[in-house]
Amino acid sequence: MSSAVVANKTDQPLPWALWLRQIESIFLYEVKKNFLGRRAILIYLLALLPLFPLLVLAIFQPPGNEWRDFNRYSEIYAMLYNGLILRTVVFFGCAWIFMNLFRGEIVDRSLHYYFLSAVRREVLVVGKYVSGLVTSIVLFTFTTVVGMLLLYVPHFYSQSVRYFVEGKGLTQILTYAGITMLACIGYGAFFLVVGLFIRNPIIPALLLYGWEWINFLLPPLLKKVSVIHYLNSLTPVPISEGPFAVVAEPTPAWIAIPSMLLVTVLVLAIAGYRIRHMEIRYGSD
Amino acid sequence: MTIPTDQLIIFNNVSKFYGEILGVNRVNLQIAPGITSLVGPNGAGKSTLMNLMTGLLRPTRGSITLLGIPTDQPERLFRRVGYCTQFDSFPRGLTGREFLNSFLLVHGYERKRADELSDLALERVNLVEAADRKVAGYSKGMRQRIRLAQAIAHEPAVLILDEPLNGLDPMVRNETIALFRKLAADGLHLIISSHILHEVDMMSDSVVLLNNGYIVAEGDIHGVRDEMEEHPMQILIRCDQPAKLAAYVFAQNHVVEARLHSDKGGLFVKTKDADGFYLMLNRAVAEGEVNVESIAPVDDDLSAVYQYLIGTSGGSA
Repeated sequence: MSSAVVANKTDQPLPWALWLRQIESIFLYEVKKNFLGRRAILIYLLALLPLFPLLVLAIFQPPGNEWRDFNRYSEIYAMLYNGLILRTVVFFGCAWIFMNLFRGEIVDRSLHYYFLSAVRREVLVVGKYVSGLVTSIVLFTFTTVVGMLLLYVPHFYSQSVRYFVEGKGLTQILTYAGITMLACIGYGAFFLVVGLFIRNPIIPALLLYGWEWINFLLPPLLKKVSVIHYLNSLTPVPISEGPFAVVAEPTPAWIAIPSMLLVTVLVLAIAGYRIRHMEIRYGSD
Repeated sequence: MTIPTDQLIIFNNVSKFYGEILGVNRVNLQIAPGITSLVGPNGAGKSTLMNLMTGLLRPTRGSITLLGIPTDQPERLFRRVGYCTQFDSFPRGLTGREFLNSFLLVHGYERKRADELSDLALERVNLVEAADRKVAGYSKGMRQRIRLAQAIAHEPAVLILDEPLNGLDPMVRNETIALFRKLAADGLHLIISSHILHEVDMMSDSVVLLNNGYIVAEGDIHGVRDEMEEHPMQILIRCDQPAKLAAYVFAQNHVVEARLHSDKGGLFVKTKDADGFYLMLNRAVAEGEVNVESIAPVDDDLSAVYQYLIGTSGGSA
């Protein structure tokens, strides 16, 4: 058969070019398969979830003085972002997206088609991770940005325009968007590797969810063994964690961001090692 | 002539255990180009052997190379190898063409070349008309063919096919066997597992018989049969004077049984030396002792070998 093609391919002097092309192919294929079909509706609904109450608030301003004070809105959004968007929507959205990248294919019994392709399995991990990352970032950054605008703009239009164009608003909205991206990077790597190792990944996801929620009660050293601590350290508007919270110094951004990226790379390296040694035995999975 | 190791599939003392359950044990095997069939009852280890060959499973002990490439290097291996598994499942939501195309792109082919190769593979398995329909709506035979197309689309040098004729109707089955023959004639390795012994017999250059995870015989089927001395070869001779021929053949040491056929028109002989028997028969005919109408070996085929070695009658069409 086409030995010429084979010879050309095996003699590739720059595997990076081939790997990048393969990552692009895996990315496009995964996005089409996972995020443009009917099964993706749930994830879109989850991403839009915080926008529904904000839309209601935009139409019907609730009674109470705090809703009439523009200066309180940054605090309101900080609470909404932390409680609903970051800890719930981004967390569970990433869990759904990244766990399904491999686990979903094992359940569907279609992972072997990738394993029967001439692609390094580590490249497969990167391609799938990138597809999940781009999708989650697009969805949840949209929620973050639109959510903030929905809170501010309808009731304080001119003040909001000034706030976002000339004031601190632009920095804040970009910071929140950055935190959302970082959350997708960190949670995404964690859930991808969980989906590779554990047959029922919901349990570790719930354990991590619990760990992240009790983070405010943990001693300072243990706080650092979580994703939420680093993300909270970056928030532009600090929020109160209640009277029982153990107070700890936030980690500076120049440590928090590289640390999260480094841990992500390590987790992905574990995923690469795992996939390299993985067998296809659907019956036992 | 010795075949270089980079043209062979080599199993070097390979064992595979699933926990304490044996998959295959101490497999030493060299497979040359041509059509090689893996034959054995359910659970014999055929699919395990194929999954080991393609790196979907990793051996507990031993090593495997295909054309000199270790099986733990899929990025090199699957430039040369295609595998049509028994898993009747597909990625969601894709048409047949998209299915082929997507994995050719994952291989690293440029889009234009991927399109060409997809079209070629679809033509080869006769699925052009259904190419733009969703795979989920395919019949079992069509799903089998699209999997075959996926295995051959990147034009591999080794094609491994796990029960490739399952679910195909007789016409497509014949076309598929013809395709296998053509691929083998082009110099490919074809490794095929099948339960349908007469089809295996028809198309294979050599067979590997497996039972309970062990290889019980391998090689050219007639060679394997010749070596089974404990089961004398059975031959039916239709002739005008079977009783006279019976007396004649009984004089030979290698003939262990000669029985007249029920219609008195033939003789049924069991011999430990088939070649010696044929020589003797030629002599008898040349000397005018008997007029022979036909000679037919009764158990010089895969079904008989399978029955003798594995103890059941194997599968049937």
